[in-house]
Amino acid sequence: MAALTDRPAAPVARRADRGPHARFNRILGYAVLIAFGLVFLYPFVIQLGNALKTEPDAAANPLSPIPDPLTLAGIERIFAGTNFPLWLGNSLLVTVLVTLGRVFFDSLAGYALARLRFRGRAGLFAAIIAVMAVPGVVLLIPKFLVLKQLGLYDSYAGLVVPLLADAAGVFIMKQFFESVPVSVEEAARIDGAGVFRTFWSVVLPMARPALITLTILSFQGSWNEFPHSLVSVQDPHLFTLPRGLADLVSGSLGKGTQYPLKLGAALLATIPVAVLFVIFQRYFVRGANEGADKG
Amino acid sequence: MATEALRAPATAPAKPPRRRGGGVRGNETIAGWLFVAPVIVILGLFLLLPILMALWVSLTDWNGQGSPFTGDVPFVGGDNYTRLFAEDGLDRRDFMTSIRNNMYYVGIVVPVQTALALGLALVVNNRMLKGKGFFRSAFYFPSVTSSVAISVVFLFLFANSGAVNKLLGLVGINGPEWFADSRGVLHLLLGAVGVDTPPGALTSGGPFGLTWWDWLSGPSVAMVSIISLVIWTTSGTFMLMFLAALQNVPVALDEASTLDGATRWQRFRHVTLPLIKPTMFLVLTLGLIGSWQVFDQVYVMSQGDPAKTTLTPAYLSYRTAFRDFDYGSGAAISFVLFLIIILLTLLQRRVMADRDEPRRARWWRRRVPEGS
Repeated sequence: MAALTDRPAAPVARRADRGPHARFNRILGYAVLIAFGLVFLYPFVIQLGNALKTEPDAAANPLSPIPDPLTLAGIERIFAGTNFPLWLGNSLLVTVLVTLGRVFFDSLAGYALARLRFRGRAGLFAAIIAVMAVPGVVLLIPKFLVLKQLGLYDSYAGLVVPLLADAAGVFIMKQFFESVPVSVEEAARIDGAGVFRTFWSVVLPMARPALITLTILSFQGSWNEFPHSLVSVQDPHLFTLPRGLADLVSGSLGKGTQYPLKLGAALLATIPVAVLFVIFQRYFVRGANEGADKG
Repeated sequence: MATEALRAPATAPAKPPRRRGGGVRGNETIAGWLFVAPVIVILGLFLLLPILMALWVSLTDWNGQGSPFTGDVPFVGGDNYTRLFAEDGLDRRDFMTSIRNNMYYVGIVVPVQTALALGLALVVNNRMLKGKGFFRSAFYFPSVTSSVAISVVFLFLFANSGAVNKLLGLVGINGPEWFADSRGVLHLLLGAVGVDTPPGALTSGGPFGLTWWDWLSGPSVAMVSIISLVIWTTSGTFMLMFLAALQNVPVALDEASTLDGATRWQRFRHVTLPLIKPTMFLVLTLGLIGSWQVFDQVYVMSQGDPAKTTLTPAYLSYRTAFRDFDYGSGAAISFVLFLIIILLTLLQRRVMADRDEPRRARWWRRRVPEGS
């Protein structure tokens, strides 16, 4: 990506860089960047500031990012007055299991679809592509029905198992495995390694960039997942963070305004993905563009 | 990577070669199916099977008690569907209201987020600006956060005396009570030019149980706040897609047209835009598909209120099934929504494919002689 953006400016472009007209353009460019930078980031600044305010202060000065006085009362009440720690634990459990499952199952299937020759492969791949087009929200009632029928409703299994594989992840892994040269695997196969062994100890270690992308997409997806938890559980002890948050705002717990508490809880729920984003940004970008390729 | 390649064969000779030639192929068939088995089981069990089950439920009057697949559940045929379209009543009125709301929502969200994403991508792609990486991240960050958490923040921003109304106050505008205001924006605009009472011709009738006046309400003030939230969260993702496309536009092409004396707008219109057309198609399609699925934000921010003006088909299907325990109707609404999304995708694919070819040909016919 860096190689693409930092192209050396050609002579024509450099001539255009000079002069009052170019300077005006540059100032205009920065003005646009900063203005939209504020639009996109200031809500988070406000969120942080108001999470540390007293309730009257947050109500009176919502626009100001500076708490006056600064208080941790809202944050303390998140832990003392709500089930936040429970939601956090459930979210961690679900996210870790779902991410592990997706990375393993999606790469297995992606590898088979990219490399193994077996009858029905083309049809299977077409089916995976078709499945990717099924809109998630029309599955709310269907998922509820099947979980009820299988006896998985209101259980950790119901929260986790349906999310253990996803078509988009299979697609990403297939694309990646197709870009890896075949020679290495062939060498391993000729030396007598079985299919799974070749996959596990030769191919998978080479797939690190794709595995990181998939891990991040899965983590972010399952950490933020809301509709599925809405139709798979109703026991408050099984609520994940987004479900708990939604309940805090609109459900039975939504009494009064309590903005510092709500904003703080939303902030804490955002932090893990935000940290991942800062560290692994280029994988997020890659993930977004992988999504673009499939269209 | 090179070390992995070297190490792997080195460990293998410990075992004698077992399979060669045809044996490997036979082995691959079994291995292939074993490898895809978990994904097939999970997607089959939790995606395909449930769709079939819901199709059955949409033909029944199941109320959530017991199993929907026993003889006790009344089979009603297409009743749940006809009630949505043909029978005057609350079901059809709610459904049509949700369709209306979502049409206005799509009509604003898709063009605005596409234009904003393209605009941001063009600025971030500008060779002369520094610090673009930071701004690219800033614009993209909202897209990766939890929709529920962001909805909480926007509830605060759009509160009656919240940040947005404080900002509007700074420029002398008295902000509305966003989430209590069910007035349609078009009705408000008409009111501003003096049309306070709807003309009788528009209130006396209209298609599908809503009057023309109701159909022409525009998005409600409450819906506008949800629309702003969605545009704010999705533009970043689409900006990245445009950015990837813009980086594939050859610099030489841009410069050649500059030398030819093309203005900035002409260059954008006749050089850049045709080259990023596939991405434009993709962004519009994804936007169209995505915005018929709006659910999380409605659930957290408004629950369809005020006066059902933020009701969307996705939320209505959920509410009908899980709040009113009318699972048959809810499933029927889901399937109509499913159909809408698929039809729109197919329609737009065709339109874009038809328009794509002749225009590109025209562009080359015009450009090539000038350039050479």
